[in-house]
Amino acid sequence: MTPPGHSEPSADVEPRLRADTVTLAYDGRTVSTDLSVSIPSGRFTVILGPNACGKTTLLRALARLLNPHGGQVVLDGKDIRRYPTKEVARRLGLLPQSSFAPFGISVADLVARGRFPHQRALQQWSQADDVAVTHAMQVTNVTELAERSVDELSGGQRQRVWLAMVLAQETPLLLLDEPTTFLDIAHQLEVLELCRRLNRHDGRTLVLVLHDLNQAARYADHIIVMRDGAIVAEGAPHAVLTPTMLAEVFGLQAHIMADPITGTPLVIPIGSLSSR
Amino acid sequence: MSLDAVGSGDVRARTTLRGARVMRLGPVSLLVRTRALLTTLVLLGLVAVLAAYALSVGTFRLHVAEVVQILLGNGGGVGERIVMNIRLPRVLTGVFAGAALGASGAVFQSVSRNALGSPDVIGFTTGAATGAIAQIVIFGGSAVAVALSAVVTGLFTAAVVYLLASKGGRTGYRLILIGIGVGSILGALNGLMLVRGDLDDAISANLWLAGSLNARTWVHVWPVLVGVVVLVPLVAVLSRRLSMIEMGDDVARQLGVRVERTRLSAVFLAVLLAALATAAAGPIAFVALAAPQLYGRLARMSDLAVFGSASMGALLLIVADLTSQLLPLGLTLPIGRMTGIIGGIYLIWLLTRPRSV
Amino acid sequence: MSLAVLLVGVVLVSFVVGEKNVALSDTLAAVVAFDPGNNDHLLVRHLRVPRTLLAVIVGCALGVAGAVMQALTRNPLADPGILGVNAGAAAAIAAAIAFLGTTDVVDYMWFGLLGAAVAGGAVYLLGGLRRGTDPVRVVLAGAALTVVLQALTQVVLINSEEAVFDQFRHWTVGSLQGRGFAVLGPVAALVGFGLLLAATLVRALDAAVLGSDISRALGVDPLRVWGLSALAVIVLAGGATAAAGPIGFVGLTAPHLARSLTGPDHRWVIPYSMLLSAVLVVGSDAIGRVVARPGEVGVGIVVALIGGPFFVYLVRRGKLVQL
Repeated sequence: MTPPGHSEPSADVEPRLRADTVTLAYDGRTVSTDLSVSIPSGRFTVILGPNACGKTTLLRALARLLNPHGGQVVLDGKDIRRYPTKEVARRLGLLPQSSFAPFGISVADLVARGRFPHQRALQQWSQADDVAVTHAMQVTNVTELAERSVDELSGGQRQRVWLAMVLAQETPLLLLDEPTTFLDIAHQLEVLELCRRLNRHDGRTLVLVLHDLNQAARYADHIIVMRDGAIVAEGAPHAVLTPTMLAEVFGLQAHIMADPITGTPLVIPIGSLSSR
Repeated sequence: MSLDAVGSGDVRARTTLRGARVMRLGPVSLLVRTRALLTTLVLLGLVAVLAAYALSVGTFRLHVAEVVQILLGNGGGVGERIVMNIRLPRVLTGVFAGAALGASGAVFQSVSRNALGSPDVIGFTTGAATGAIAQIVIFGGSAVAVALSAVVTGLFTAAVVYLLASKGGRTGYRLILIGIGVGSILGALNGLMLVRGDLDDAISANLWLAGSLNARTWVHVWPVLVGVVVLVPLVAVLSRRLSMIEMGDDVARQLGVRVERTRLSAVFLAVLLAALATAAAGPIAFVALAAPQLYGRLARMSDLAVFGSASMGALLLIVADLTSQLLPLGLTLPIGRMTGIIGGIYLIWLLTRPRSV
Repeated sequence: MSLAVLLVGVVLVSFVVGEKNVALSDTLAAVVAFDPGNNDHLLVRHLRVPRTLLAVIVGCALGVAGAVMQALTRNPLADPGILGVNAGAAAAIAAAIAFLGTTDVVDYMWFGLLGAAVAGGAVYLLGGLRRGTDPVRVVLAGAALTVVLQALTQVVLINSEEAVFDQFRHWTVGSLQGRGFAVLGPVAALVGFGLLLAATLVRALDAAVLGSDISRALGVDPLRVWGLSALAVIVLAGGATAAAGPIGFVGLTAPHLARSLTGPDHRWVIPYSMLLSAVLVVGSDAIGRVVARPGEVGVGIVVALIGGPFFVYLVRRGKLVQL
């Protein structure tokens, strides 16, 4: 399956992924009730929010890793639970926060595992698999590391290898849960630039959970702000990132100006508001 | 490097997968792990050779050539009776129990994501011991009763551990911890029975705990043989998915693996295999732990290797049995202890060599 | 801290109960106003006090050793026996019983220490701890050596006279019976040294849990941390096993419990683990003396029978956090 070709993000395309009044809970704790959200297709969406606001839970529900207790997640017009799991895996890829590299595995072998949804008993390694893996490693800059063991790599390198694995899956929808943790600043920007390319050039729909407000402002087309399991704001960065919102949701007193380089909103923290 | 549209047979992009070769014919493509395949075949060859040799040793010495003739159906007389009624059941019990344990251990190590994984992670081995010790020390049961008790309590313990860990569908780590808890409780009970029991009974129980290949008959062979032939390929079918699960439940799920179902099926098969091995030869725990590790280091595999682990398990057991029979020490060397000594020493030796991955 | 108070309480209970219960006032009198003619005073002073103190020490040793081992190997299945210490002690003692006819608990202790030290040293070398720090390799080396030693021990037992097995089976379930000052002295010194060593490593262990990359970045030398930690574990676990026989459950689960109460900071995990284990061991020893009068149930058995179900309950309630 070749990557989708050029496509301009179009505002009136039907959202491929959305949640309809879902109630999310795990370990006996209800995280969100009657939550509805649409992920705009072909856009770069970022979910923001303070710790434990339910953003990872929402992402996992959207990726079918968590079954909603009420409501449903809809992928391409159908309840996501009605697809065969491998079919979902071909349409939607998730880079989770926690993952384990099997002992002694090489980078190439780990990235190659991303091709699992496309493989069958008699199609164990097609030409398309080779192309996808090579492309994924190139784009994440891990090609020179291909034959090294993943255990030997640094945290940043390992993160890029996992990203390559999810990219090798070649899904039009890509969900990333805090992909920039453990990366130094240059690599963080590298990953975000890569995500932007995947979105603009390949036309993939991206949803990232991020911590850094300014990174979100710089790269996102669409921001979803969550707090206590509910969505409190949604829209373009300049519309969503306001001093009022920052104070209410993050307990942060801040000044917002236009980033002198990119023109996107830039959050200048002034101090924290002690009441939360 | 440019990535143009892919033409048929035009290999511009080639990924180096460790120890593997791709074979393509039309739409069909197969990935052959060459080093692993070679290792497994060599191991199986060794097992066959050593098995033939094992059939020839003993108080009534035979040539290997004679043994082969007997196996082909051209034998006769005392030699045939000894080989077919005494030695062959012993050798086959050892080989297939070892294979069952190797495969079982591979599954447990994969599922627990831990090099120390073994059927005891789910409390099986300790549970089996409880049943057997109780039979010997409290009820004074026959050998068959002991074996059956062991299997039943072992399976029951595994089921209890699994159920206790299944709250909210998030097994994994919880399974390990509950296995440890339950294992500790049963271990204490076993200790209590061994200490309080009659000394003779305690000694018998201790001997059972060491495993044995003595006095094996075809009754011992068939269940574990059929079990291995049927169940090991089933586990092999699951192995790819289990390898994905090793990367994390979330990673595997988003790749399209049905994690809970795969894990449950695999653990169920693995416990069955361990039970069959225990019924055949008593507890021989170390093989399940060592065989997959030894195989993995030899074959440089990072995927779950079911057939490989099974072959290594079979080899460990038959080497242990031969050693105990050939050592001129005049000591009782139970198979379960021999596998510990040999497997352990081999693992130590592997560790002392500079590791090149 | 409530745990410390609990420990003192349990210790006092242990002084009082047993085959013969001694009133608390008499117990305290035995300590402060000793009357050599009073049998109760003799009982308390020569048996109960050292035994209880030993139980405290053994508990502390196992709790700390377990916490260190789990931090170092980042493996929740790690218990102090992983460095081959228990197996070494057992092998040495079995050999001593079989070949030298040893029967005295004090002798058990010395042989146990010897066996533990040799086994620990072997695992240290085999696990490549001098050159590098590969947790998987150390764990495998320990597991391999443990199995070899256990197998050899059993072979010796199976091929010896019945009396040998009889002696061994009582030692192997873990028991503090008959351990007096002669055992308490050396073990206390050893464990004290081990605890001091562990105390100096606490900060480094926080880093070690995160992996050798990060710990190096934090200025901690993984090699040194591993070497010293291994030494601490060998000393602590070896001392405990030599004194009381192998007590399995505590070193594995006390750290989990501690972590669930305190979080991952080892400045808290280690003391909590230590106190929790001590309470468990002392309490179990006391219970073991009461439950089967006039006989005893070994402390190793009681610890698992009490701690096991409680541990399972905690896991089910989701109270135990991933490492």
